[in-house]
Amino acid sequence: MRAAFNVVQRELLIAMRRKSDILNPLWFLLIVITLFPLALGPEPELLARVAPGVLWVAALLSSLLSLERLFRDDYLDGSLEQLLLSGHPLAALSLAKIVAHWLLTALPLLLLSPLFAVLLGLSMPIFKATFLTLLIGTPVLSLIGGVGVALTVGLRRGGVLLSLLVLPLFIPVLIFATSAIEAASFGLPYAGHLAIMGAIAMLTLCFAPFATASALRVSMS
Amino acid sequence: MLQAKELACTRDQHELFSGLNFSIQQGQIIQIAGVNGAGKTSLLRLLAGLSLPASGEVLWQGESIQRFSQRYHQQLLYLGHLAGIKSELSALENLQFFKGMDSMQTPEPDYFEILARVGLAGLEDEPCAHLSAGQQRRVALARLWVNQRLLWILDEPFTAIDKQGVAYLEKILLQHCERGGMVILTTHQSLQMPAEHYRVIELSASRELM
Repeated sequence: MRAAFNVVQRELLIAMRRKSDILNPLWFLLIVITLFPLALGPEPELLARVAPGVLWVAALLSSLLSLERLFRDDYLDGSLEQLLLSGHPLAALSLAKIVAHWLLTALPLLLLSPLFAVLLGLSMPIFKATFLTLLIGTPVLSLIGGVGVALTVGLRRGGVLLSLLVLPLFIPVLIFATSAIEAASFGLPYAGHLAIMGAIAMLTLCFAPFATASALRVSMS
Repeated sequence: MLQAKELACTRDQHELFSGLNFSIQQGQIIQIAGVNGAGKTSLLRLLAGLSLPASGEVLWQGESIQRFSQRYHQQLLYLGHLAGIKSELSALENLQFFKGMDSMQTPEPDYFEILARVGLAGLEDEPCAHLSAGQQRRVALARLWVNQRLLWILDEPFTAIDKQGVAYLEKILLQHCERGGMVILTTHQSLQMPAEHYRVIELSASRELM
């Protein structure tokens, strides 16, 4: 537990020293979201219809952008070897890395989401649904992404393979998230969608750290 | 304590070594020698439990290091080719991190004194990216004091270290053995060690050199 906390702390400290790593995905997100209304035209009805989907796809792509550095730097400078040999359960340490990744990529996105909502002209109930789906869905992205990165970290050009591996697994989350938002836009209850997303999140939380740990072991030997 | 039984290692269907047997007891230093490509690093990675042997096994206190890896790794300090030092963090922060990863909670060592010992006095708060290759290596070597471990596995610890540094490090290795520690290392230098502590294992390359 103390070791896992120690790992999270170090990740945050490194990110503070390299601010561009946090800012670049957010910047990308902001560009996508400001370009969409310009390209589609300013009709509020049209925007309100596509905005949640845009927000989700942009969030997904920006999470994919930042995913690689979850283990890549550690692999290149030998820190990953040291994590493997630290005498702590590797699954716990992997989970710590993933939590740190979520804190650095998804949390800023959640904090900025009111701004995005204003830019896209979302109404309050739709924004609430979008926020909740992002809150439940982004941990799944980080957890599944962790397995993908762990599998491809030893490969020289793992980037393309990573997106091939990971994107299909992101799709269930995306489908339930967008249908929850759609239900919200018609004023229907969407607690069921959120519950299913929560179940997906719990399932990945249970298995992904162990899968990540074994994938790391395979990648290192 | 650590025992290698009939170890074999292959890489890309090419046999590096096979039928390797040896053991190391407290107070011993083993140097793995051999030409480039003989499999020295591969052997150290096998012994550390980072990779699996093609056949054979490694035992720590009579138990397989694969099955009881946590217990083994709590006694092991492995320094590979890559130093495992974060270049964004300072030497001090790197060492504090490694101390925090120790399973047994021991009192915090005096980091400034340790860093002075490895010749980094005054550079404690400098990000490691600003240090030279030799200085980064010294940060990694400072872990010999920060993490108190029984078995040291060191892959080429002398690379990028200057002459005085090498002599000092040799002295440290010997001290560690005299206190009951164990060291397995690879290096191309011949070490000045008393014979009762010191052994060389020669890995003969199975490939003919041109």
